[in-house]
Amino acid sequence: MAQHVLEIRNLHKSFGEREVIHGLDLDVRKGEVVVVIGPSGCGKSTLLRCINGLEPIQQGEIRLNGKSITSGKIKWNLVRQQIGMVFQSYDLFPHMNVMENILLGPLKAQGRKREDVEAEAEALLARVGLLDRKGSFPSQLSGGQKQRVAIVRALCMKPEMMLFDEVTASLDPEMVREVLDVILGLADEGMTMMIVTHEMAFAKAVADRVIFMDGGVVVESAKPEAFFAQPQTDRARKFLNTFQFNEVRHCLEEDDDECLP
Amino acid sequence: MLDSVASIFLSGRNMSRLMEGLAVTLEISVISVVLSMLLGIFVGLAMTSRNRLVLAGTRIYLEIIRVMPILVLLFLFYYSLSKIWGINLSAMSVAILVFTLWGTAEMADLVRGAITSMPRHQRESGRAIGLTESQINRYIIIPQAVRRLLPGVINLTTRMIKTTPFVFFINVPDLVKVGQQIVEITGMRNAMASFWVYGLIFLIYFIICYPISCFSVYLERKWES
Repeated sequence: MAQHVLEIRNLHKSFGEREVIHGLDLDVRKGEVVVVIGPSGCGKSTLLRCINGLEPIQQGEIRLNGKSITSGKIKWNLVRQQIGMVFQSYDLFPHMNVMENILLGPLKAQGRKREDVEAEAEALLARVGLLDRKGSFPSQLSGGQKQRVAIVRALCMKPEMMLFDEVTASLDPEMVREVLDVILGLADEGMTMMIVTHEMAFAKAVADRVIFMDGGVVVESAKPEAFFAQPQTDRARKFLNTFQFNEVRHCLEEDDDECLP
Repeated sequence: MLDSVASIFLSGRNMSRLMEGLAVTLEISVISVVLSMLLGIFVGLAMTSRNRLVLAGTRIYLEIIRVMPILVLLFLFYYSLSKIWGINLSAMSVAILVFTLWGTAEMADLVRGAITSMPRHQRESGRAIGLTESQINRYIIIPQAVRRLLPGVINLTTRMIKTTPFVFFINVPDLVKVGQQIVEITGMRNAMASFWVYGLIFLIYFIICYPISCFSVYLERKWES
């Protein structure tokens, strides 16, 4: 039985009067890649933000490596050093170059030695193909490059697990691939990850398990092959159908025959 | 022509009086600009608070200062303070007080703008890499806020310096007031006096303000790279 990195029990989260997560349970094993999908507003991004303590929760418990991170006095800055998170918006610090962006956390939050971290950062940058941009400022990078730097910045903290919150949602289509390839590489190395995405082909490729959320609860949890081939619930089927399009043919006079019923 | 110029500036104590006027202008400008920057930071931070009382107080202060002509403020403080509260301030102190009140309000609004325009994600990204709140302020929020502030602060500084001649009306002997006195006296025998005296004053203001805007352009370029 593999060890659970993350255990969520009966999680309730409200914004004011409105409850957006209603008693959610979830376990993530070490090395597992869990992809969370669902219609917008279903609480999937909020779920990730709760795990990283960016949103306070109202009820329930979250445990990281067996230790509760929701009860008692929590030093969130220490917890967050173990959970890497990458957001949808390119969130690099615009007044620092790529290297300074990456080093800030390890040097200031973890107090590690500059030489060690710098070597590590360079290796990671080389892996995502951006070593030659280490002196560039965020404004000089494309969206895809910024997101890859953001991933390296999170990885350089040596986190226990990574959270990806729709990291390709605001990228141009031709840049989505380069970012997803980096995440696929991480999956290959056995990084524990929770990924919120709308890229269904990517979800199918990277996931060990797909979680379908709707209305603040987990509606389905299954292996990707099973889930995409045969969703068990109507809600999941309906959601997956929104990614399908019916073909529309226009009839031109010269090939009239072809489009007659 | 040189003779006529020399007769204006070299007769009596004209030149040294102009320099004394310049010293007064600089004294008012430097003291009120520095005080405004410091106080403005605190008031600006207060304006980002969630406390309604603090918000309302700072808002009222800002709006009053904004709609009041500087001249009215100067008259109000110069002529009314002593009558109402029996406080006797020198014209110079009133000038510094009024300019600081004005500068603080404008600076506070700049600080508030710089802080509230910071994308929420900047703070969250800082949290996500495990920084404490004070580290986030120190390494992420403040450096960016300072950069956003700079153009407005430079603009405010030169505007304050350019507005100091209003102290003329409460009889503070600043550069313009002294210049006007010299023109009144020498103008009777020298028709070009106003041109030379105000020309020199123009040049002096330019020499003070131009380097300030050059400095801002330099910093913006440096930070952009």
